[in-house]
Amino acid sequence: MSVAVENLPGSPEVLDESLDSQMTISMGPQHPSTHGVLRLELVLDGEVVVKTTPDIGYLHTGMEKLFEYKKYQQGIVITDRMDYLNPLGNNLAYVMAAEKLLQIEIPERGQVIRVLMCELQRIASHMVWLGTHALDIGAMSVFFFCFRQREKILNLIEAASGGRMTPSYFRIGGLMMDLPAGFERRTKQFLEDFPAAMEMFETLVTGNTIFQSRTKEVGYISKEDAIDWGLTGPCLRGSGVGLDLRIVNPYTGYENYDFDIPVETDGDVWARFRVRMRELYESEKIVRQALERLKPGPTKADAPKVVLPDRDDMRTHMDSLIHHFLIVAEGFNVPEGEVYLPIEASKGELGVYMKSNGGPKPDRVHFRGPSFVNLSALPDMVEGELIADVVAVIGSLDIVLGEIDR
Amino acid sequence: MGLENNIFESLPDVITVKLDAIVNWARKSSLWPATFGLACCAIEMMNTVSARNDLSRFGAETFRASPRQADVMIVSGRVSRKMAPVVRRIYDQMPEPKWVISMGACATSGGVFDNYAIVQGVDKVVPVDIYVPGCPPRPEMLVHAIMMLQEKIMNESVKDRRDTFEEESRKSIVPGTMPVTEGTALEAKMQNADAKPYSVPSKHEKRRSS
Amino acid sequence: MNTESLYEFIEALKSENSNWVSDVKDALGEVTVIVPREFIEESCAFLKDNHGFDMLADLCGADRGPEEDPRFEVNYHLFSTTHYKRLRLKVLLTEDEPNVESVTPLWKTANWHERETYDLFGIIFENHPDLRRILLPSDFDGHALRKDYPLRGYEPYSLT
Repeated sequence: MSVAVENLPGSPEVLDESLDSQMTISMGPQHPSTHGVLRLELVLDGEVVVKTTPDIGYLHTGMEKLFEYKKYQQGIVITDRMDYLNPLGNNLAYVMAAEKLLQIEIPERGQVIRVLMCELQRIASHMVWLGTHALDIGAMSVFFFCFRQREKILNLIEAASGGRMTPSYFRIGGLMMDLPAGFERRTKQFLEDFPAAMEMFETLVTGNTIFQSRTKEVGYISKEDAIDWGLTGPCLRGSGVGLDLRIVNPYTGYENYDFDIPVETDGDVWARFRVRMRELYESEKIVRQALERLKPGPTKADAPKVVLPDRDDMRTHMDSLIHHFLIVAEGFNVPEGEVYLPIEASKGELGVYMKSNGGPKPDRVHFRGPSFVNLSALPDMVEGELIADVVAVIGSLDIVLGEIDR
Repeated sequence: MGLENNIFESLPDVITVKLDAIVNWARKSSLWPATFGLACCAIEMMNTVSARNDLSRFGAETFRASPRQADVMIVSGRVSRKMAPVVRRIYDQMPEPKWVISMGACATSGGVFDNYAIVQGVDKVVPVDIYVPGCPPRPEMLVHAIMMLQEKIMNESVKDRRDTFEEESRKSIVPGTMPVTEGTALEAKMQNADAKPYSVPSKHEKRRSS
Repeated sequence: MNTESLYEFIEALKSENSNWVSDVKDALGEVTVIVPREFIEESCAFLKDNHGFDMLADLCGADRGPEEDPRFEVNYHLFSTTHYKRLRLKVLLTEDEPNVESVTPLWKTANWHERETYDLFGIIFENHPDLRRILLPSDFDGHALRKDYPLRGYEPYSLT
C-alpha cells in the first residue's frame, strides 16, 4: 500500500517510497490503549514499527496561562487536574514552591501528614498503572482487583479532604485541615489488607508467563540514553540509575524515613514493571513509618497573613476574621523571586518553576511533567519493535495526558 | 430451564405491543458506551465499570473501542480546541440510535478552565442528552445519568432516529484544528470544498435534550 | 540551603571564557547564571562534558511583559545524576530577535521542551531538527503564553 508519506513531519528520508510494504497508520486520539488522547503516527513495515511520531496537545488546557490569572491559593485547584492520578503530588509541588518563595516552614505534624498522604496517593496511582498496563497486555481481571484497592485509598483521601480525585488537600503553609478522627484506624485497616492484595498481584501478573514474554526485552532503553532523554522516576530506575529525589534531594522530611530505591538494570518494559511493583512495597513501608511518627501538634505554619485561620478562631478573634477576609478577597503578596522545585511524583521528577513579581498572582508557573519527558523518549523505545509491543511500552511509561498537555 | 421457557409456556405465540415500547426497551437495556476517555472524568468512568459500582447491572458495561459499535458517547472530561473535531468525528461515526452524556463540569460548561484552549461546553460540538455535574462526578452520578438516559429513551419514538450521511459528517472541520498530517486524499478534497465550522448541524440535531 | 559548592562551576565557566557569564544571581538556595544568548550552547556543552551536568531537567520560557526589554527569558535547569546538584542558566532575549541556539544536540530531551517553548512563546530555537507547534493546533494564531495574548483567545477560538 503506498501512502502519501512525503507529508510526514520530521525526516522524510526515512521512507523509501519504492517499498510498497510500508504504511502509515494513525493510532489515537481515540484509542483504548493510549491512556487518554495521545495520538501516534506509526510508519509500519509489515508489523514492525519503522518510525513513530507522537502527536500531543489534544488535552491542552492552557493551565499555565490560567495560573497567571489566579491567586496563589486558587492555583492549587488547577494542579489537581493536571496529573489526575497523583493530584496530591501536584499539590505538594505547587505549594512547596510557593512556600519556598514565602520562606515558610510547616510544622512536624503537617509534614508527616503530607508524606503519609503522598505515599497513599502513590500507591493509588500505581494501582491504576498496574490495572491499565495489564489490561493493555490482555489481562482483564487485574484491572478490577486494582481498582478495588484504589477505591479504598480514595475513601481515605475523601475522608481527609472531601474529594475523591481532586482533593486540594495541601495548602500554602499547611493543610486544609487536620486528619479526621479514625483516619489512622482506617489506614491501618487498609495496610492490613494490602499485603494480601500485593501477593495476589504477584501471582496474577508477575508470575504470569504470558505477561513476562510480552514484556521482557521489549522497549529497551540504555542507561546513557535514558539520561539523555531526561527520563526520571521508575523509567530511569528501570535502566539502572538509582536516582530518587526523595533520597538525593530530600523534601518534607523524607530523610527521616527508612526505605530503599528499587533499581533494575535491564531497561525494558519488564524492568520498569518490576521497579514499580517493588516501589509499592516501599510506599507501604513509608506509610507505616509515617503513621508511627504521627504525633499531635499543629499542622499549619504560624503565618497569619498566608494561612487561613481556624473557623473557631474566626468566631472569637477579630484579627483572625480580618486575616481571613484579606486572604480570600485580596490574596497575599509573595516576595519577588524565582524557584524551581522538583519532587518525586509517582511518575518521576515533577518540577515547578514559579516566578513571582511581588503581587498576589504568580508571574509564571511552569510544570515540568514527568510524563511529558518520558513520552518524548517513546520513538526511541519502540523503533524496530512489533506494533503490538507499542501498547506495552506506552503502558510501561505510565503516562497521564493531563500532565503532558497541561 | 431458563426464564424463557416459563414465558413461552404461559404466553401465547403472538403478543401485541407498541413498536416504540419494545424497541426502546431493547435499546435502553443494552446501552454500549464508546471507550473514549478524555481527562480526569475518564478515571471515574473506569471506576464506574469496576467492581464496586458495576455498571453492568444497568446493561451498559460493554465499552466498545470502535465508535461504529457504540450507542452512547460519554464525553468524560475537558474538550480542547484540538480535540473538538475529533469528538465530532467520533460522534458522526456512531450509528443511530446514539446518545451523548456530557460528564463533568468541564464537558458541560468548560468548568474552571475558561481560557483559549478549552471548548466552553461540548454541546457546541455535539448535541447532548444528559449533563452530569461535578468535578469529577462520582461514579454513582454517572450510574444515575445512565438511568436517566434509559428513562429518556423510553419516551422516544423510533421515527426520530435516522442515520447521518457520510458526506454530511465530513464537513465538520473546525478552523484551526487541522491534524498534523495532510490526511487522506478524500479529506483533502473535502477541505478544499467549502469547509464550514463545526456548527453545521446534522439533521437530527434539532432534537434537544428534554 | 548551601549554594557555596555551585560557585565552583561558575568560576570554571568564567575561567574558560569570561564572556560566558554576564551575571550571577543567588537567591532562595538556587543559583542563576545569566548567559549571553550566543554562548548558551557552548556553556551548556562545557558544563555537560566537564562538570557532570548530564541531565537537562527542564527548559522553559517566560515572558516579562511587552513593555520590558529584554522581554523573554529561557531557563535551562541543569541537573547532575552523579553529584545531584542543580544549576539554572538563563538567556535573555529581545522581542525583535527571539532567537537562541538549540541545545538538542547536547540533550535529546531538549527537543520537546524547545518545541513547547516555541509553541507558547514564539521563541525560535536555531538548528532545531523539527521546530513545529506541539501542544496547539498547527494553524493556531499567536503564542498563547505571551502576556499580550488574551486569556480567552481570539475568534474563532473564543466560541463563548
